[in-house]
Amino acid sequence: MKQKRVVMGVIGVDAHVVGNKLMENALRQSGFKVTNIGNFVIQQDFIKAAIETNAEAILVGTLCGHGELDCQGFREACIEAGRGDIHMVVGGNLVVGKQDFRGVEERFMDMGFNRVYPPGVSPSRVIEDLKTDLGVSQE
Amino acid sequence: MSKDVEYGLFADFGSTFTKVVLLDLDTLTVVGRTQRPSTVETDITLALRAAMEDIRQILGGQVEYRYNLATSSAAGGLKMAAIGLVPELTAEAAKRAALGAGAKITGVYAYQLTRKELEEIEGGGLDLVLLAGGTDGGEQETIISNAEKLARLGGLRAPIIVAGNRTASDQVSAVLASGGKEHVITDNVMPEIEILEVDKVRDIIRDLFIKRIIEAKGLKNAEEFIDEILMPTPTAVIAAAKLLAEGADGEEGLGELAILDIGGATTDIHSVAKGDPTEPGLVKKGLPEPYVKRTVEGDLGMRYNASTIVKVAGEAFFRESIDSLGLDLHRAVSRFARNPESLPESEADEGLDLALARAATRVAMDRHAGRIETTYGPNGPVYIQYGKDLRGLKTVIGAGGPLIFGPAPDVILRETLFSDANPFSLRPRNPTFYLDGKYILYAVGLLSEKEPVKALKLGKKYLKRLNSS
Repeated sequence: MKQKRVVMGVIGVDAHVVGNKLMENALRQSGFKVTNIGNFVIQQDFIKAAIETNAEAILVGTLCGHGELDCQGFREACIEAGRGDIHMVVGGNLVVGKQDFRGVEERFMDMGFNRVYPPGVSPSRVIEDLKTDLGVSQE
Repeated sequence: MSKDVEYGLFADFGSTFTKVVLLDLDTLTVVGRTQRPSTVETDITLALRAAMEDIRQILGGQVEYRYNLATSSAAGGLKMAAIGLVPELTAEAAKRAALGAGAKITGVYAYQLTRKELEEIEGGGLDLVLLAGGTDGGEQETIISNAEKLARLGGLRAPIIVAGNRTASDQVSAVLASGGKEHVITDNVMPEIEILEVDKVRDIIRDLFIKRIIEAKGLKNAEEFIDEILMPTPTAVIAAAKLLAEGADGEEGLGELAILDIGGATTDIHSVAKGDPTEPGLVKKGLPEPYVKRTVEGDLGMRYNASTIVKVAGEAFFRESIDSLGLDLHRAVSRFARNPESLPESEADEGLDLALARAATRVAMDRHAGRIETTYGPNGPVYIQYGKDLRGLKTVIGAGGPLIFGPAPDVILRETLFSDANPFSLRPRNPTFYLDGKYILYAVGLLSEKEPVKALKLGKKYLKRLNSS
């Protein structure tokens, strides 16, 4: 089975890296080929890395609460760059304040993300979903 | 002349002049030096033989040379095109690898090559092509398709160095072979995002230069008189820079440094420095910087691009410095551009030359040094560093005509410095300035291949200190 390639990072002006490192380790242990471009990453850098590595998925983390602004137009930018087909996942502290997660999820789905996760989601759930979505056999 | 002394003869085949310097290898003294107009068009050895005759005159007879080595930037230098996938990633990595090997880059190409770009490559008189694209195991369609296009270019005879996605290399090799293209497969210049691997490519370029390019350029017959043309001239300067910075076998170097080299066609800066942040709180981003970094500014040549320098640096800069000289700026500048070999004839010319050199230096260092960008997050400003932080550099060395022959090398070198007016440009704050007044760096680089300690001592002896920092 060919290794699935993913690009991950923390979007925007956001210094938080702990979750990013945990997620990276979990993905590697599950057999993914991970390109982690760290924190303070802008959309264009996710996309450039995805092109060079021919990644199947982009995993966007955000903790500072500006995710909604930072992620606007992300899918369109991928389409423009010739990678409109790429699987896009976002998770973390997506918005500021207490908001109903279903509403938040819907807004990010509308932006073109395929999976949206709330704060505190376990890496194993993200990975199980990712395997399903990318068609990785479970044996 | 003494029969007991060991001499080293070091030649540099430049596009304009063939220079020769003779060293006493025991006392590390420059015994003689000369230069003759290069004769690349007819027979490269004409100028060389004349220069060697000059040296014989100086010595008063014939001696044996322990080393008899040369560099070359003649016949257009080592002309290369760099091809990658994403402009800021593999295309930039390919460009840096080629520059670090002393090449003269004629074009940097990204994504699928277009017909117009292929025409440029075919007609560019290239010596080598560097083909990259995709990280290892990453994207491979583009490099394969670009290889197919290059394979079909009937007029392209330059060897192709393939340093892209490893997974694609077999197919790329087959495609190039089917088109009868000489090629070498080597390690990816960017095996993973944010990892730059330029050493293998640099070695292969050097190897091809010695084995193929010297002959292709008609320089081979010089080896009747010279043991070996070892490397392109910029590569010798890079070798000298590295040696001077790091030291050798118990002989201490000068520490991390930069070399500014102003020429008629380009302004080059080399830095041998890690460039890590010199203050806490900076976040480093962007493509990692090579420890030995060379930038070549093809739009900042003192002659060929005199008017571009005025445009890039801004007329105001020149008004201040040359108003008093009573020159018509544009007329004077275009006179320089029309006559690239011209030397300053009047005081006004000298003033303009100085202003051009200062402007070229300021802009070239601005492009070479890293910078800080400020962005604002929920907890206030965040400072992001792109490129090298050179603020802690202790040494800056000047080379090239305007510095060596001009009246005020220190004034030009000061343009490399950190400025409070532009605090986000990470230039050296308080370095010691040196001048390569004897044009010795290339010889230091050549000798470093044979006897690094002597080469280092030679460099330290002949670099002239200009200030006390």
